[in-house]
Amino acid sequence: MKKKFMIFLVAAVSVLALTACGKSNEGGTVAVYNWGEYIDPETLEMFEEETGIRVIYDEYETNELMYPKVAAGATKYDVICPSDYMVEKMIKEDLLREIDFNNVPNAKTNIGAQYWEQSRQFDPENKYSVPYCWGTVGILYNKTMVDEPVDSWNILWDEKYSGQILMQDSVRDIFMVALRKNGYSMNSLNEEELNVAKNDLIAQKPLVQAYVIDEVRDKMIGNEAALGVIYSGEAIFTQRENPDLEYVIPKEGTNVWIDNWVIPKNAENPENAEKFIDFMCRPDIALMNFDYITYSTPNDAAKELIEDDDIRNSNIAFPDLSKYQLETFSYLGPDGDELYNNLYKEIKSAE
Amino acid sequence: MSKNKTKLMLGLPYYFWSAAFVILPLFMVVYYGITDKNGALTFNNIASIAKPEHIKSLWLAIELSIVSTVICFLMAYPLAMILVKYGKGRSSVLVMLFILPMWMNFLLRTMAWQTLLENNGVINAILKFLRLPLIHIINTPGAIVFGMVYNFLPFMVLPLYNSLAKIDENVINAARDLGANNVQTFFKITLPLTIPGIMSGITMVFVPALTTFVISNLLGGAKILLIGNVIEQEFSQTNNWHLGSGLSLVLMIFIVISMIISAIFDKDGEGSLL
Repeated sequence: MKKKFMIFLVAAVSVLALTACGKSNEGGTVAVYNWGEYIDPETLEMFEEETGIRVIYDEYETNELMYPKVAAGATKYDVICPSDYMVEKMIKEDLLREIDFNNVPNAKTNIGAQYWEQSRQFDPENKYSVPYCWGTVGILYNKTMVDEPVDSWNILWDEKYSGQILMQDSVRDIFMVALRKNGYSMNSLNEEELNVAKNDLIAQKPLVQAYVIDEVRDKMIGNEAALGVIYSGEAIFTQRENPDLEYVIPKEGTNVWIDNWVIPKNAENPENAEKFIDFMCRPDIALMNFDYITYSTPNDAAKELIEDDDIRNSNIAFPDLSKYQLETFSYLGPDGDELYNNLYKEIKSAE
Repeated sequence: MSKNKTKLMLGLPYYFWSAAFVILPLFMVVYYGITDKNGALTFNNIASIAKPEHIKSLWLAIELSIVSTVICFLMAYPLAMILVKYGKGRSSVLVMLFILPMWMNFLLRTMAWQTLLENNGVINAILKFLRLPLIHIINTPGAIVFGMVYNFLPFMVLPLYNSLAKIDENVINAARDLGANNVQTFFKITLPLTIPGIMSGITMVFVPALTTFVISNLLGGAKILLIGNVIEQEFSQTNNWHLGSGLSLVLMIFIVISMIISAIFDKDGEGSLL
C-alpha cells in the first residue's frame, strides 16, 4: 500500500516537472509579484504568447507582507506592484532599479499627466515607478441594513451596527480611518494624535465583526455585514454582484492611493520586466484589466475605450477628486513604522 | 562494508536533513533572538514577553490550548475504546474515517469551517430552516477552540488507540476474576496502562494548539491575538525578525517542558505512530 503510494507520488511529481519543462522558454521568464486578484489572467497568457516570455506569478495581500520577502532578497522578483508610501520606502532603501522608459513607450503616451504629477509625491523624478491602478478608500454599505445616510467615518463607531462592521486588517489603512475621523493627518507621527486614534480603535473593537482584507468583498456580497472599509476598486465589482451595496467617500477625507509597477534592484530579468510593464500599459490590455478587476485605471487611452458610459463617468471609478479632502500615504521612516506597529498590536490584543 | 558503515550510510540523508532543516534554522532563531538590529548581543527580545500585549496573548494561547486539549481527551478516549473494542475489520473502516479528512489540506478544512460557521453560513441556514436558534460562534475564542479540537483530535485518538490496543485481554479478565466491576477495572487497570498514550496525546495536541496562528486568524477574524499570531506578524508584516525570534524562544520553553513530560511517561514511543 505504502509502496504503491510512493510510486504514485513519484509519477505525479515527474509529470509536473515534465509539463513545466514542456512550455516554451525561448524568451526567458519574468517573475511578477502582484496583489491578490489584481490582474486579468488572460492578459498574462496573451503576454506569454506574444513575447515568448514565461510569467511566474505570485500574489500578496498587503504592502507589509510583500516588503520583507523582497527586502530579504530570498526570492528575486522582476516586477512588483507596491503602493505609494511603499515605493517611497523602497526608493529610500535603494531596493528599486531605475526604469529605462525608452523600453516602455506605452507608459508615457497612455498614462494621464495628472497621475505622473501625483506620483512625484513618492517618486520625485518619475524614475522608478509606473502607475497601474489608483483609487480611494471608503465605506461600502448595504442599503437594506443601513437606512440612514452614510457620509462619515463615525458610523463605524455606531453601536447600532455592532457585529456588522468589517475593518481592514492592514496597519496604515486602519489608522487612516481613525486619524481622519478625528481630523488628523493619516501620516501623523504625533503621539498624542496616534493615542487618540488607538483608543478609538480599541473602543470600536467590540463592534467589529472581523479584521479582514480581501474577504471584505465576499462578506459584503454575501450580506455577512452591513458596513465595510474597502478600496474603491472593489466597489464596482461588489455592486455588480449585489446591487444593494453602495460606496461612499466619507466627508472627513480619505486616502487616495496609486499602486505602481516597479523593478527591484535584484531583478534577474529587468529587460523582460520592462517588456511586461510596457505590455500592461497598452490601452487594450489596461482596458481588459479594468473590466476584470474594476480598479480605476490611470491609463487615459484605456479609459476612452470604455464602452459603458455609466462606468466611464462613474463617481466611484473616476471620482472628481477636487470635491473631497484627500491625502496620500507617505513613508513614515523606520521609527514611525515601529510606532504604528506597536500601537496596532495593542489594539489587536485588547479585549 | 562493515555493518556499522552501512548503518551510517543509510542514516546520512537523515543527518543531512536534520542538520539543514532542524539544527540550522534553530541556530538562526537563537541568533536572531539574542541580537538586535545592529547585531549586538541583547536580551530585550526575550524580555519583551513581559510587555502587557505579549504576556496577554501568551496566557490566552495557553488557556485556549489547555481547554482544547481537555476537550480532545474527553472525546478521544471513549472513541479510542470503541475503535479497539470492535472487531478488526470494522475498526479499520472506523480508523479510516478518522484519518481520511487528514488527507485534505488542513488550511482548506479550516477555511471550510469559516464558511460553515459564518452568521449567514451553511449551518445557520440549516438551523433557520429548522426554526432552531442560530449560532453566533465565528470570530470568538469559542470558534478558535472549536477549530483546534477539530484539527487536532486525530492526534489524540491515535496514540490512545495504540496504547489501548496493546493491553492484553488477559489482564482485564484477571481483574474481572478478582471481582473488580467495570468502573474499577477501568480506573485501576485500563487508565494506568494507557498513561503513556495519554501523555503523548496531550503533547501532540497541546503543542500545535499553543503555537497555532492560522486557526486563530481564520476563525477568530484576526480579532484575537494569540502568541503565535504575534510571532507570525513580527516575521511577515513588521519585519522584526529579532523580536519574533526572541518570543519564539520563550514559546520554545513551554514546548520543551511538555516534550520532557511526555518523554518521561511515554518510554515506548506510543506517539511515534504519526
